Amino acid sequence: MFAFTIRRLLISIPTLLAISFIVFAILDLAPSDPTGNLPLTIPPEVRQQIRDSLGLDEPFPVRYALWLKQFFINEPLNLIEGWTGWQFGDGDRLRVTSWATRSPVVDLIIERLPQTLWVVGMSQVVAVIIAVPIGVISAYKQYSWFDQIGTFVSMVGFSIPTFFTGLVFIVFFSVQLQWFPSIYDTNHEVTDWDSFVFQIKQMIMPTMVLALATAAQLSRYMRASMLDNLQQDYVRTARSKGLTERVVVTIHVLRNSMIPVVTVIALNIPTIFGGAIITEQIFRVNGIGQLLIIGIQGADIPLVQTLTFIFAVLIVLFNLIADVLYGILDPRIRYE
Amino acid sequence: MRDTPQPLLDVTALKTVFHTRSGDVHAVNEVSFDIAPGELVGVVGESGSGKSVTMMSLMGLLPKSAEISGGEVLFQGRNVRGMDRNDLLAFRGRDVGVVFQDPMTSLNPVFNVGYQITDRLRKYMGLSRADARKRAAELLALVGIPDPEQRLRDYPHQFSGGMRQRVMIAIALACDPKLLIADEPTTALDVTIQAQILELVRELRQKLDMGIIWITHDLGVVAGIADRVLVMYGGQIVEQGPVAELFANPQHPYTRALLETLPSVTEERSERLRTIEGQPPSLNAAPSSCSFAPRCRHAFDRCLRENPTRIDVGPRHDAACWWDPATGGPRNV
Ligand SMILES: Nc1ncnc2c1ncn2[C@@H]1O[C@H](COP(=O)(O)OP(=O)(O)O)[C@@H](O)[C@H]1O
Ligand code: SF4
Ligand SMILES: [Mg+2]
Repeated sequence: MFAFTIRRLLISIPTLLAISFIVFAILDLAPSDPTGNLPLTIPPEVRQQIRDSLGLDEPFPVRYALWLKQFFINEPLNLIEGWTGWQFGDGDRLRVTSWATRSPVVDLIIERLPQTLWVVGMSQVVAVIIAVPIGVISAYKQYSWFDQIGTFVSMVGFSIPTFFTGLVFIVFFSVQLQWFPSIYDTNHEVTDWDSFVFQIKQMIMPTMVLALATAAQLSRYMRASMLDNLQQDYVRTARSKGLTERVVVTIHVLRNSMIPVVTVIALNIPTIFGGAIITEQIFRVNGIGQLLIIGIQGADIPLVQTLTFIFAVLIVLFNLIADVLYGILDPRIRYE
Repeated sequence: MRDTPQPLLDVTALKTVFHTRSGDVHAVNEVSFDIAPGELVGVVGESGSGKSVTMMSLMGLLPKSAEISGGEVLFQGRNVRGMDRNDLLAFRGRDVGVVFQDPMTSLNPVFNVGYQITDRLRKYMGLSRADARKRAAELLALVGIPDPEQRLRDYPHQFSGGMRQRVMIAIALACDPKLLIADEPTTALDVTIQAQILELVRELRQKLDMGIIWITHDLGVVAGIADRVLVMYGGQIVEQGPVAELFANPQHPYTRALLETLPSVTEERSERLRTIEGQPPSLNAAPSSCSFAPRCRHAFDRCLRENPTRIDVGPRHDAACWWDPATGGPRNV
């Protein structure tokens, strides 16, 4: 398993290089000029100086190589220095810089990442907590009223986009009932119980919007997987041993049914980051989704390139995690 | 043995119906039999004759679509159908052991073999974790698995088909059951492995005192190990008797046909595939005539009017047939 993980990690390096090239090349084709948003009064020579300082007139391969170096060498070194306090060289490295704000892109992302991680992470946890019992009961009581309602609700949840549920939530829970704030206060700091409660309150709606969308899908997988396993011969064996239905279902059947579902959860997580882009817009959470939208609107190519590439890294990473989890959960899978 | 005062298992007029989308399936029709303590009874009959459903009915292990519509099951005098949940679970867990047909699918793939034996031991023998593992290893040794302590940690896929069936037998024997039900335990195995499993069961019979129901569609297997044979056809027992008596003096045309399909010693193996002509009976309704009549070369008018009852035809030997092979004509009942 360890050797397999290492080999898969090594294989992902060329994959990610190829992806980085495609991301860089496509966004480079976009007709945009970092000086385009500057006031018209700025003379052309100054504009040219700005372009030179950003290295924009270098040929494409040179700019790509520079970006690679910045992204794969300079930025990781910076991070390591920041975490450990060690010093590599003089610490004066060229960084991937945002055209719009002139600050290093990675710093922007690190500043925004915790909000997104909290929302996405919590939504996944909540989704699993909702979806697994629903899927299990729906399958065990197939065609019961519980199952019928579950099927209907998850179909609805599956087909309604998150921006719509988000708005419905705001109208209902913020405007009508005034339970939760409709705008996420990112400057809020948790210092005591009350501020903690406030933090929970403001996280509930964005988290639930994502959680419900994920749970709708996940409960279907869970149900299908349970139904599949409930018919297996080993279930009859477990019952013939005099085990209670609770043990048969929640230990023997559930353990088998979770294998494909866990894989789906892992493969799904990068998609949730995508869904978070919209949810963050609606609830004004200043996470990386919102950052991406700002970057696109401001034609901030380095920011968009970096974020897009980070999404690609997430997809590759969670694919790997899914494979490893599969190997851990299913003893029949042995990666040589 | 059959004359002991109380049979281990006593089944009377058991009826099981499946309610399916395409109508009812009368899988078990008024089946009655008993098993004495320590007796090995073979149950034979072609595929679909109701052998498995009969056994699952008396264990209460039927799918939701099935309904037991009548009959009585007594185990050591206790009424199984009237048991409450806990008693029924304990009956399954402690009193009976079942070995199913397909060892490849009957074990849970994600738990190691040790867990699959010890969960039963801990629940029904009240053993501690350590004691349960010790007994599980003893059980694996009992069924002839080398290195038992090591192998407790192995998963089912790490065993061959024959070894998995031995594991299944170990699980079945875990709590010293008084009745072992083996539902075609060797059908999915190849011939040499089949012989080894049969040998194992012969040995186990010497060591352990339990009644055994051995289901098979192979009369040849039954001849080698059983004390008594039940022949099933269309969800009914059509003939029943001690093994030597039944082989020497078969009464029902279906039993006689089954015996004819047995290969003699001189025949080639391919001859084994010979089957009885005709289709198995439809089970859409409870039988009102002899279910074997469409395939029976001795059928006559009474067979179509009246479903034969089981008639005593010899010492502890009965058959459900209106025809008498001794005279070649109708029976005088
Ligand atoms: N789940 C089910 N639904 C409907 N019919 C069934 C079901 N299980 C078994 N049967 C029917 O019951 C009859 C007896 O089956 P079974 O006891 O499995 O036969 P066998 O003698 O081969 O063990 C068959 O005709 C089969 O079609
Ligand atoms: S009762 Fe009639 S049809 Fe049925 S087996 Fe006997 S002879 Fe054949
Ligand atoms: Mg069967």
